[in-house]
Amino acid sequence: MKSGKFWAWVVFIVGAAYFFIPLMATVEFSLRMRRGVHSFDAYQIVLGDARFQSTFLYSVVAAIFTIILGVLIVVPAAYWIRLRLPQLRPIVEFITLLPLVIPAIVIVFGYIRMYGSNSPLPFLGSNMGANALLVIGYATLALPYMYRAVDTGLRTIDVRTLTEAAQILGAGWGTIIGRVILPNVLIAVLSGAFLTFAIVIGEFTMASLLNRPAFGPYLQNIGANRAYEPAALAIIAFAITWGCMSLIQILSRFAPKSANRPN
Amino acid sequence: MAEPFLSIQHVRKSYGSNTVVQDFSLDVEPGEFVSFLGPSGCGKTTVLRMVAGFEEPSAGKIVVAGKDITRLKPNQRNVGMVFQAYALFPNLTVAQNIAFGLKVAGMPKADADKRVAEMLDMIKLPQMADRYPYQLSGGQQQRIALARAIAPKPKLLLLDEPLSALDAKVRVSLREEIRSIQKKLGITTIFVTHDQEEALSISDRIAVMYGGKAEQVATPFEIYNRPATKFVANFVGTLNVLEGKVTDAASGKVQVNTQEVSLKGKLNGSKSGDTLSLALRPEAISLGSQPGHDSRLTGEISEVHFLGSVIRVRVGIGGNTVSLDTFNNSATPPPAVGEKAEISFSSGDMLVLH
Repeated sequence: MKSGKFWAWVVFIVGAAYFFIPLMATVEFSLRMRRGVHSFDAYQIVLGDARFQSTFLYSVVAAIFTIILGVLIVVPAAYWIRLRLPQLRPIVEFITLLPLVIPAIVIVFGYIRMYGSNSPLPFLGSNMGANALLVIGYATLALPYMYRAVDTGLRTIDVRTLTEAAQILGAGWGTIIGRVILPNVLIAVLSGAFLTFAIVIGEFTMASLLNRPAFGPYLQNIGANRAYEPAALAIIAFAITWGCMSLIQILSRFAPKSANRPN
Repeated sequence: MAEPFLSIQHVRKSYGSNTVVQDFSLDVEPGEFVSFLGPSGCGKTTVLRMVAGFEEPSAGKIVVAGKDITRLKPNQRNVGMVFQAYALFPNLTVAQNIAFGLKVAGMPKADADKRVAEMLDMIKLPQMADRYPYQLSGGQQQRIALARAIAPKPKLLLLDEPLSALDAKVRVSLREEIRSIQKKLGITTIFVTHDQEEALSISDRIAVMYGGKAEQVATPFEIYNRPATKFVANFVGTLNVLEGKVTDAASGKVQVNTQEVSLKGKLNGSKSGDTLSLALRPEAISLGSQPGHDSRLTGEISEVHFLGSVIRVRVGIGGNTVSLDTFNNSATPPPAVGEKAEISFSSGDMLVLH
């Protein structure tokens, strides 16, 4: 037992070192811009850069639209599959996993061929169209995470009985989804939303190939041309991702508790 | 006879080649409490779900207050329903759960609040308004579910095994409460259960179902004392079944083992030589002679179980075994296994099962 605990600690320490040492080294390097002393100069330069602000804002807006699109597609789909088409679940799960096995570059080349300015749906013929296509692409990339999060949330409630209870009380589909189902899976939806946010903020391939002024291409550009700023940017990106994960943890405490318990 | 409030007419439900409800018909009077009683898979819940609108009948129609509701969606039927699994909305408080149907119907908030308070008083839980479902016991949750179902004043109340998930004590008290609320409001109610005691104790009428059909629809008294089929006789209450052979159809003589009993007027066209299944409730049988008992059989005591206030005795009569209960009498010791015994009963209490 004691030896087991010892080796568990060894594995934990090795894992933590593997993860934290490069991170600490990056933090330390990002503070070395001013010769001889540690300073936040690299962070000041990055945060003060107008391109940082504009690309970051662009990606945040894209992430918000991606989350809205993802929720609008995934919540009704996952709900309907649980309620009426459970036999389709394995097929839908497989489809939602495809973005993990099809590289983003393949998807975006497909988009460019399909939605070029000469196609019947010329998304790429205008800025707005290209932005919309980027959001659609991001929703595809986030599909595995959003679907799984929502499906897990739906698994914790008795979807069929709650739906029927609301129906018999006179509720239509809008009321059922908006007032019964969504509030009970809201935490799961938010988990999916934050994962989507984290993916979108750092995404490079789609934004770059669709020539969008997003945060990912800016990160790459800075990384290729500067020394200390990329390290500062990497830490900022980490902080944003960790912030999202912490929010998921905090919000999960507010999940509606199951009412099913014995007398 | 008054116009039926709910009329289920020749309803059938099939899933592919599997027919779960076959030609089910039932008329329910206004304010009546009717129970669907039967084993699992007999189709009772499917009929209830068709009345609620969650299943569409493959054939037949359902009429409520003169209006054909067969093809109406559940949210257009103005029917209240209580589910076995409570089905309270976990994200809403007790008051919000009860107000749900009122809000959906567009009732002004002040009126809805008043109605919620009335409902909470009716179920004797006025202090629970701000609690969430997870903070309540199963019995309390089911009371709230009942209040939620009744709050919008539905035309019909459907109860789908609402007591099954509760412990025995709560089950008894809640079923009495359901019945008293139903009587007070005069709401026509369909109650689905597989528990015969529940059905017998609170129903105006019971539809005993088996294999997707109603075997018998009658009052609890008739169901228990005059079961129409062998299934009803076996399913409701405890029954001693004896095999007998008609020896003289004209005079109603039937031979049980080597002994004869008279069942004049009960043989319903059976001929001499036919084999019959005869049934007797344990409470209709006495050990030894009793005034008013015109039939007797003798056998040997095979088992004696002392249960305190009663003694359960089993008597073997040829290949048949008869179970009966006698009250404990401190002055008389219980009979012994192996003793010869005579049992007596009124031939009027003997049922011929078809």
